[in-house]
Amino acid sequence: MTAEAAAQQTEVAVIGAGVMGLAIAYNLAARGQRRIVVLDAHHLAWGASGRNGGGVRQQWSTEMNIRLMQESTEICAHFAEQMRINVWMRRGGYLFLARTQAAADRLTRNVELQNACDLPTRLITPADAQELVPELDVSPFVAACYNPTDAVVFPWPFVWGYARAAARRGVQIRTGLPVTAIDRRGDDFVLATPAGPIVAGRVVCAAGAWSPVVARMAGGALPDRPVRHEILSTEPLKPFLKPMVSDIETGLYLSQSLRGELVGGVSLPEEPNPDREVRMGSRLAFLTRMARGLIKLMPRLGSVKVVRQWAGPYDVSPDGNPLVGELPGVPGFYVVCGFGGHGFMMAPVVARHYAAFLRGEPPHPFFEAWRASRFTDGSAPPGAGREEMIIG
Amino acid sequence: MSRKVILCRCEDVTLADVQHAVKLGHANVEEVKRYTGFGTGPCQGKECLREVACAIAAAAGRPALEMTPFTARPPLVPTELSVLAGSETE
Repeated sequence: MTAEAAAQQTEVAVIGAGVMGLAIAYNLAARGQRRIVVLDAHHLAWGASGRNGGGVRQQWSTEMNIRLMQESTEICAHFAEQMRINVWMRRGGYLFLARTQAAADRLTRNVELQNACDLPTRLITPADAQELVPELDVSPFVAACYNPTDAVVFPWPFVWGYARAAARRGVQIRTGLPVTAIDRRGDDFVLATPAGPIVAGRVVCAAGAWSPVVARMAGGALPDRPVRHEILSTEPLKPFLKPMVSDIETGLYLSQSLRGELVGGVSLPEEPNPDREVRMGSRLAFLTRMARGLIKLMPRLGSVKVVRQWAGPYDVSPDGNPLVGELPGVPGFYVVCGFGGHGFMMAPVVARHYAAFLRGEPPHPFFEAWRASRFTDGSAPPGAGREEMIIG
Repeated sequence: MSRKVILCRCEDVTLADVQHAVKLGHANVEEVKRYTGFGTGPCQGKECLREVACAIAAAAGRPALEMTPFTARPPLVPTELSVLAGSETE
């Protein structure tokens, strides 16, 4: 038997077994797609799906994003029941804090739009915010907004839940198996792996911050870049913090998990990274900035101990919006990346519509708004349709 | 018996929990850490990593020497935010 004859034949190969890739595979299988393989160079929850803060919010600044996240939050709310796995979801809401009048004006506009979408967000005063979270020092803030139906989840069970549900529907999940080259053979793709070639009619690249590398293998190019983002976790405390708190100007956020730990992050200035390497080392500079920020925000936290810090890559596109659809110049090769730190919360809904699209159903409007081709065909006017609620 | 053997005292992870995780296909230290939460408490695995690694190897039928530890995360010991805020590095 030749190596060619031993190649695994599939209809759809998904590269990246993060929440996005697995959710797409699961939704495809649920819609009748057969012969799906999901490939990942590492183990489940190794990449950004296992490293994010687990925030799931519906407070956005465009109607499309608000409605998408309303749908995604609904999927999350039923996930445990449907997938038979505990996802530790807690709907304590999201509290956004604004330091300047310009930021307060943005929140005001966004709240109006969110209310028009039936989201119960309220624009509130700093004093109201302090009533919600008495530990806050609200003196630097001029306004706030609060939506009680936003949530925090534990990210890992979403990855396992989608993986198991996909596997039950016949999806083959091959972890620890990197794709090392991608070639074309007629209309098919041949993915080289250490375990032999895999032939696929269509490829979905859901490799997050690693997507540009995968796209290059396929002979295309993607404009997104990896940006290191760090998070810390404290010792567990008695439940005291109801909402996720986010300071929109510094990008600092924190929430209390159902395990009692405070989990939060803040962005450092973007570091020079000309080769666009994915960097996941932990830095003392982050701990210092986060500790200072947290103590200013909640002075009582000074004696709380940090037990762990880690880093993961934001996958950032030039205009902050995701990149979806066919990779320009490579028909049959689909991308879903550039979510800029929001890919986890958007995955449940994006994957549902992505699978429908791949099964030939009319595309959701995000396929037009986020088309990857906007950067290659000159159709992306700078700043148009820019989402304002990109935090962190 | 294994239901009552606690391997990770910070997070109450038992030998049975580790065996169950291996049975579900989580066959290395990093994956079992994520599935059971072992090593994520105040000691960050300093007390239990060796025991859990041996338990994974035994449950998976592999030599213990094949097990590699999970990525060590700073800080070295639980550290107060007020101490970190005083660092010169930002």
